[in-house]
Amino acid sequence: MFQNYDAKKVQDYDAKKAKSNTARLKELNPGGIRSEGITILPSMNGVSQACISDSGSLNPITNGKYDSVEKYAKPGYVLSHFVDTFLDTDAGQIPVVKTEMLLKDILATVGARAGITRNNYRVIPGLYAAGKPDENSEVLVTANFKLTFDILRKNLEKLNVWILVLDTVGVNVWCAAGKGTFSTKELVRRIELSGLDKVVKHRRLILPQLSATGISAKDVKKMCGFSVIYGPVRAQDIQAFLENGRKADPYMRQVTFTFAERIILTPVELNIAMKYVVMTAVALLVISGIGPGIFSLKSAGERGWISIVFLLTGLLSGAVVTPALLPLLPFKEFAAKGIISGSLFALCALFISSASSLGMSAMIALFLFGTAISSFLAMNFTGSTPFTSPSGVEREMKQFIPVQAGAVVISLVLWIYSAF
Amino acid sequence: MKNIRYLEDVSTLAFNKDKCVGCGLCTVVCPHQVFEMNDGKAVIVDLDGCMECGACVNNCPVNAIEVNPGVG
Repeated sequence: MFQNYDAKKVQDYDAKKAKSNTARLKELNPGGIRSEGITILPSMNGVSQACISDSGSLNPITNGKYDSVEKYAKPGYVLSHFVDTFLDTDAGQIPVVKTEMLLKDILATVGARAGITRNNYRVIPGLYAAGKPDENSEVLVTANFKLTFDILRKNLEKLNVWILVLDTVGVNVWCAAGKGTFSTKELVRRIELSGLDKVVKHRRLILPQLSATGISAKDVKKMCGFSVIYGPVRAQDIQAFLENGRKADPYMRQVTFTFAERIILTPVELNIAMKYVVMTAVALLVISGIGPGIFSLKSAGERGWISIVFLLTGLLSGAVVTPALLPLLPFKEFAAKGIISGSLFALCALFISSASSLGMSAMIALFLFGTAISSFLAMNFTGSTPFTSPSGVEREMKQFIPVQAGAVVISLVLWIYSAF
Repeated sequence: MKNIRYLEDVSTLAFNKDKCVGCGLCTVVCPHQVFEMNDGKAVIVDLDGCMECGACVNNCPVNAIEVNPGVG
C-alpha cells in the first residue's frame, strides 16, 4: 500500500538486520545480555520477539524499542492510541484494537461522564478487529460513541472478533437506535463501505440487543444478505454469549437500573441543569432586590443569597438525590418523588439557614420554590432512565407542570410581598 | 427492574395474536420481558413493563405489534 522502491529496500535491510538480531538474542539468552551497549533483560526478550513477529522487522535505529504500529505512520494522520497493529485483509488494512484501557482512556471517560467532553467523543466508523480474527470469526456491531466502543473492546480480551462501528454521531447504542442513527440503513451502508463481505465468509452479524429499536432484522437480510443475531444487552456478557453458542441467558436480556447505574448519570444531569441554574440565580438576585426602596443592592445580596440556597437544595434533591434513591421514594411519578425529597430538603434548609428571621410568607415562598425546582428536575430525569414510557412521561407532565408552575408563581408573589 | 416500576395503564402497545407466527423475536428484543411464548404464539405478560421503545414492532416479521407513543 505505501510501498515504493526505496521503502522496499529499507524493508529488506530491516529484515536482514532483524534476522541477525534474533539470532544473536537466541545465542546469548537466557540470563540477561548486553548488546550494543543496551542491557537486555530476559523479560525484554519476549517484547523484542513480539515486535519481530508483528512487524517482520526491527527498526535499525530504535532496535524494536517502540511500538510496531510506528510503521503505519502516515504524514497528516494521527494513529489512534487504542490501535495495537493492523491486519491485512482483502478489504485493506484493518486496525486491531487494544483490549486494555490506557490512563488516557480512563481520564477521557471521566471527562465524558462529567459531561465535559461528551458531545464530541467519537471513534471513526468502520471495521476494526480484536485479537486475531479470520474469515470465520464473528462480527460484532456497535456505535461510534467512544464510551460505548471502550466498554466493548475491554470485554473482548480473550476473543478473536471483527468489530463493525456504525456512525451514530457519537451517541450510544440505545439512544442512537431510538433517534434513528443506529439504523437498518446505516448498518447496510457501513457493511458495504467496509467491504465486510470480502473479510468474512459467513453472513452473520451480532448486534447489541438494545439496537433492535432502530433495526429491522428482516430488512437487513433483504437488503444485504446478512442475518442479524441479537446479542446480550451488556458487552460484559458477550463472551459467555458466544461460548453459549450465540444464546443469551435470560439475565443477559434484561435491562437493569442499579444504584451505580443511576448515580453515574448524575454529573451529566447537573452539568445540563447548570446553565439554567446560573440564569435563575441571576434572576433571583434581581427579584430579591425589589423592596420598599424600589430596588436595594443590600437586599439583593442578603435575600438573594438565601433564595439561591433553596435553588441549590432543589437542584441537589431533584438531580442527584431523587435519581439515587429512586426505588425508595414513594409514588411512581418522578415529579411526585421529587416533591417528597425536595420538600424534605427545603425543610432542612429552613431550619439551618437564617430564613426564619424573614417571616412566615418568605419561609413559605422559599419552601415552595425549592420543592418545585426539585420536582421539575426529578421529572426531567425520566429522560435518562431505561424504563419510562413516553406515554407515561406525557401524562406525568400534564399533571405536574401546572402544579410546579403554580408553586413558583405563588412563591414569587410571597417572596416579593415579604420584602415590604 | 422488578423493584422499579413506572406508571400503570399508559402503554400504547397493541398485539394481534391472529397475525403472530410464533418466531419469538419479540421475546428476544424486549428489554423488559413484556412478551412470553405460549403454545407457539407470543402473549403480552407484562403490559405495564412496556416502555414503548419499539424494538418488537421493528422486528416482528408479520407486523403483528403496534405501539404509538405520542410526542413523549
